[in-house]
Amino acid sequence: MAAQSSNVIEIRGLVNRFGPQVLHDGLDLDVRRGEVLGVVGGSGTGKSVLLRTIIGLNRPAAGDIRVLGRLTRELDDEAWRKLQTRWGVLFQNGALFSSLTVAENIQAPMRERGDLPPELMEELAGLKIKLVGLPVEAGGKYPSQLSGGMKKRAGLARALALDPEILFLDEPTAGLDPIGAADFDQLIRSLQQSLGLTVVMITHDLDSLVTICDRIAVLVDKKVKVGTLDELMRDTHPWIQSYFHGPRARAAGIVVG
Amino acid sequence: MADQPGWIKLVQGPDGAELRAGGAWIVEHAAALDRLIAETAKAAPPKALDLAEVTLLDSAGAWLLARATSQGEAGAVPWLNLAAEFQPLAERVLAAGPKVTPERPRPRTFVDWVADVGEGAEEVFSETLDLVAFFGEFVLALGRVILRPRRFRWKPLLVHIEQTGINALPIVGLISFLVGVVLAYQGADQLRRFGAQIFTVNMVGVSVLREMGILLTAIVVAGRSGSAFTAQIGTMQVSEEVDALRTMGLDPMEVLAIPRVAALVISLPLLTFFADLMGLLGGGVMCVLLVDITFSQYLGLLNNAVTATHFWVGMVKAPVFAILIALVGCFEGLRVSGSAESVGKMTTRSVVEGIFLVIIFDALFSVLFSILSI
Repeated sequence: MAAQSSNVIEIRGLVNRFGPQVLHDGLDLDVRRGEVLGVVGGSGTGKSVLLRTIIGLNRPAAGDIRVLGRLTRELDDEAWRKLQTRWGVLFQNGALFSSLTVAENIQAPMRERGDLPPELMEELAGLKIKLVGLPVEAGGKYPSQLSGGMKKRAGLARALALDPEILFLDEPTAGLDPIGAADFDQLIRSLQQSLGLTVVMITHDLDSLVTICDRIAVLVDKKVKVGTLDELMRDTHPWIQSYFHGPRARAAGIVVG
Repeated sequence: MADQPGWIKLVQGPDGAELRAGGAWIVEHAAALDRLIAETAKAAPPKALDLAEVTLLDSAGAWLLARATSQGEAGAVPWLNLAAEFQPLAERVLAAGPKVTPERPRPRTFVDWVADVGEGAEEVFSETLDLVAFFGEFVLALGRVILRPRRFRWKPLLVHIEQTGINALPIVGLISFLVGVVLAYQGADQLRRFGAQIFTVNMVGVSVLREMGILLTAIVVAGRSGSAFTAQIGTMQVSEEVDALRTMGLDPMEVLAIPRVAALVISLPLLTFFADLMGLLGGGVMCVLLVDITFSQYLGLLNNAVTATHFWVGMVKAPVFAILIALVGCFEGLRVSGSAESVGKMTTRSVVEGIFLVIIFDALFSVLFSILSI
């Protein structure tokens, strides 16, 4: 499985357009196994659309997407469902089902598989709750009883329910206070290392980019530029320049002096 | 996925029994592995667990192994020879501790059930009080608007008249027409036995004008517009638009409730008039077909059968029902709290309460009219 390719996601010539507006035009992107890739870009450059396209919520106008070596547009329903269990998604506000408790939320994807005994599902849900750093008691609570940070952790636990290989995160630290955000970054990093995950995260948080991302993909001119932080710092594109050399970048300690 | 599914077995080693596990210990095989462990673990506690042949491990697999070897408890079986790449995962899972299952909620008892009934009764009572208080607030806000008519919002009024009135014409008309048809059909059938078929006209005329026209219209409008009011205001509540109104010093009652109530007070009587016409038309068509009279004869008989009083008895209820439906709709909308789920819950409640109140008040009107002998 690991022998096929070191890229878990390969996007070639992706085109996305909504009416006359073209968001992506011939976009190419590779995500390597075991890395944390941060996706940044200005508002309206299609970061979320890119993520939604990879996970199949949005049908692209053109282009090939290979996830874990499989060309997504050629998969039948059965194969697609199988592939879906190999990634987990954390939506921006957690997207927990409000009528279910946290433990039931985590069990929802397991239940979909249909063959796990109920006690084992309970135990695995409890394990995930612990893994994301929530107290065991949180399992019996409803999403409306949780704080924003706990909701994100619960959402992360649900994304990890079936031990996926790829984890997609949509602005995981948005809406968290700086301490909570730093904790969440560390959590993602440590989970990524111990569970052997590949992480694709959309983020606006420069601190996250510095501390946990191995590489960064910048959406500019309807394509992506990928590189490490150092490489992108030297890029001459005006948007990238102002992004990594702005006052906030300075505050995050990217630019020294 | 060419990996061999996980396996575990008990082997007799040189110094006692030893567990040996291998293959892919991943969530995909978890159900089978769970059964396998249950079978293997029956024997006396082994000395160690040899994991040298494990080719894949994820957190579900690690948890199954941890549970089988009672990690974190007294008498834990040590793990041997786990591949280095799985070490961080194993550490992480073991760190989560032996007890991970959240406590199940206590099963419900008879006492809980009795308590629920009590709580439900109390809620009905307090909600009725709240609704009355809401009506009071509404009257106050209405007073403020009447004193300063320039604050009245005309545009939403017209929009709501269009949505609740004009757009409801087809469904109200169709339902009334069909009910007129049904009334005439059933009436003619029963009255024929007494040779009083001709009185079908009286029956259709009086029942449509006094009760059926207004009641059906009010029920359709409660389902159509009362629910829409709750959903609109509820969604605004969820997206904090109502809070935004308050911080700007705008009274939600004035901005949201008054135009809606006013719109319904105008459109419901008009719809009722339309429903009356369609009901009489439906009854007329049926009378022509069944009772053997011409349409102009039907109109003549109708003219003798009903008086303006019958018409007004129906019409006078319309504005009252309009206020009830619109108030309940706005009231439940403003009670929506936080989640999208509560929008759905409150919308259901708004329709049920709206129709309930309409029928209660219809009964009260009947009592009133019989006392006044109208």
